[in-house]
Amino acid sequence: MTMTTTTSQTGSASAWPAEPEPTGKRRRAKKRSPYPMWFYLPAAIIYGALFVVPTFASFYFSLTRWTIFDSQFIGLDNFRTFFSEPYLFESLINTIIFATITSGMKVVLGLLIAVFLSSQIIARGYLRSVVFFPVLVSAVGIGVTFSVLMDPFDGLINKVLAVFGIEGPGWLTDPNLALISVALTDVWRGVGIAVLIYIAGIVAIPQEYFEAAKVDGASATKAFWNITLPLMRPATTTVIILSLIGGLRSFDLIWTMTRGGPGFSSDVLASVVYKQYQAGFYGLSTAGNVVLFVLVAAIIIPLFWFLNRKEVDR
Amino acid sequence: MPFRLRRGAFALPAVIAVSALGLAACSSGGDPEPSGSAGGGETTEAMEPVELSFLVDNAETSIGVVEALTAAYTAAHPEVTFAIEQRPGGTEGDNIIKTRLQTGEMTDLFFYNSGSLFQALAPTQTLLPIDDIENAGAIQDTYKSGVTADGVLYGVPAGTAMGGAMLYNIPLYEELGLEVPTTWDEFMANNQVILDESDAAPVIQTFKDTWTSQLFVLGDFANVLAADPEWADKYTANEVKYADGSPAIDGFVHQQEVFDAGYLNKDFASATFADGARMVATGEGAHYPMLTFALAEIQANAPDNVDDVGVFAIPGESGPSPLTTWLAAGIYAPATTENADAVKAFMNWVATPEACDVQTEAVGAQGPYFVDGCTLPDDVPQMVADMLPYFDEGNTGPALEFLSPIKGPALENITVEVGSGIRSAEDGAALYDEDVKKQAQQLGLEGW
Repeated sequence: MTMTTTTSQTGSASAWPAEPEPTGKRRRAKKRSPYPMWFYLPAAIIYGALFVVPTFASFYFSLTRWTIFDSQFIGLDNFRTFFSEPYLFESLINTIIFATITSGMKVVLGLLIAVFLSSQIIARGYLRSVVFFPVLVSAVGIGVTFSVLMDPFDGLINKVLAVFGIEGPGWLTDPNLALISVALTDVWRGVGIAVLIYIAGIVAIPQEYFEAAKVDGASATKAFWNITLPLMRPATTTVIILSLIGGLRSFDLIWTMTRGGPGFSSDVLASVVYKQYQAGFYGLSTAGNVVLFVLVAAIIIPLFWFLNRKEVDR
Repeated sequence: MPFRLRRGAFALPAVIAVSALGLAACSSGGDPEPSGSAGGGETTEAMEPVELSFLVDNAETSIGVVEALTAAYTAAHPEVTFAIEQRPGGTEGDNIIKTRLQTGEMTDLFFYNSGSLFQALAPTQTLLPIDDIENAGAIQDTYKSGVTADGVLYGVPAGTAMGGAMLYNIPLYEELGLEVPTTWDEFMANNQVILDESDAAPVIQTFKDTWTSQLFVLGDFANVLAADPEWADKYTANEVKYADGSPAIDGFVHQQEVFDAGYLNKDFASATFADGARMVATGEGAHYPMLTFALAEIQANAPDNVDDVGVFAIPGESGPSPLTTWLAAGIYAPATTENADAVKAFMNWVATPEACDVQTEAVGAQGPYFVDGCTLPDDVPQMVADMLPYFDEGNTGPALEFLSPIKGPALENITVEVGSGIRSAEDGAALYDEDVKKQAQQLGLEGW
């Protein structure tokens, strides 16, 4: 969570300078704040003790082999192990695949569903809540439910397919399919948030644009491509960033559905870190967390900067 | 608290990890313990009442054993009562035990594996030494070696010896006129007959519960030891590897062979341990490589078929193959317990023939005990009866985890891969050798 807050702060700061006036005013206003600085102290202590210190401590401990009682400095050995063991490295690839699939599908599906749900249709409010409902259910509950549904022999999905004469695959037991199946479940669970953000974006578009387009004789498709889509860029940015961060850090669904299996075929960074911790390899697992931190930062910060820059240029 | 415990019973890993930590946090402030011995009770028979907390995993047999032992002890010593707390098994459980020990939040007594898992607790720093209990001498030396660190004894045996063996369906064997195999080739020949002449799956595998996939490798170790008695020591010293070839690699190779030959049940990837126990009991499958503690599962869920299941040692290259045995789990106390005297008195009592009889009565005869003077009833289940001759003839070998502290955590994932054709036996063995390196380094062993 630290990541999200810090990036959004620095990100928005770099996005704003295009309009110098209001920023300048705000800065001056801050300097003249009537509140003494020590008002910040309680927040600073909590933030420091719970976020800053552990974060920097973990950078150090990732260079050691430690137990609760002692630690031994071993330089970059943990990272060397992490990148040299085939399944640890595979987890890195899986993490990126998982994040890309879930994020991409949430953007596309979210946008389509949002456009559909903001048109004049019957039972719109009901359908909106149906789409949003999975977001409210616990990930563990969803994971267990879907692993039952996806059972290759007794699962509902394959039983339904069997009615049509299709022999369904082992959704969670086929090593080539397991990660994809979990990703699809994650899309089912998380698309509601994307839809919500998109609906808010669509509603915020002034109706005048659509009326003007209609007067000019634009078709619905044209209006979508030339009005809705460009004006939804801020919403799209939010959806991409949120779902990408969520996808990179994803753990709960994967753990309840496959535990990274079969074998290591659906292991992601977070599940590997957890397994190494369970095994008592605290140093290695800390190193995994640092890798995860760097990966999230390395993907999200440039992406955020890039997406917001486009937004300002418009 | 009961709400949390009930959630644990669902075996939802993430929830359990969190709720168990919650429990750990509660237990210090939540239920203050009457300070029996701390208040100056000199003798173990102090009349001051004391309640001992006791952490046990949620397997049926473990709970049965612990409940019977504690109830019998309270009956004889009314001033000592117990509060039993459950935890999940497997790696989730390891995590809970380690965390609670290292943060000083452990219960007065706990039930846990002996051997390498015990060694991984850093016993010299976290556990209460019990060398001075009266009955320490009655515990068999084979067992003591599994609960001793730096020459100091830390645990007493609870439960019985187990075999890592091949469970088989006796009616199916009789129907097809098969004989119990003593070598791998005979075993594979039997499998072919079963495949050709019956509907049963020759070999059952249950990879939904990944730990069940390890038996071909772990249960083959007595064969490795028979071929090279020094193997375990050399392994600890980093002188031999699984990937070096026969005999160590045979377990991986065998696992690949049964998959390649198409002998597995068709739902092997999604079946659970409970499914496997049911299948071998009812004859849906012929062989199930498993620890003999599956007896409890069969007794609970297929009581009519208990005597249809027999046991033979996992066959090696040459017969008669020895049985790979597991030591009983142990009862330990953390160094931080405030009731050391009462705890030791209880542990002392557990190492008596009387306590063995209490266990037999509660969960049935599961195998031989590790305390001198303990006996089994004449009428034991078929699986135990099949296992006893191996012990009587001395045709057994301990599992690797009792001879070496090194056990890599990824073995179950690797054996799932080898057993479902994702990875070859050679690659799997080599990958496992890499995996154990981390464990050896974490333990600070020399030569790694």
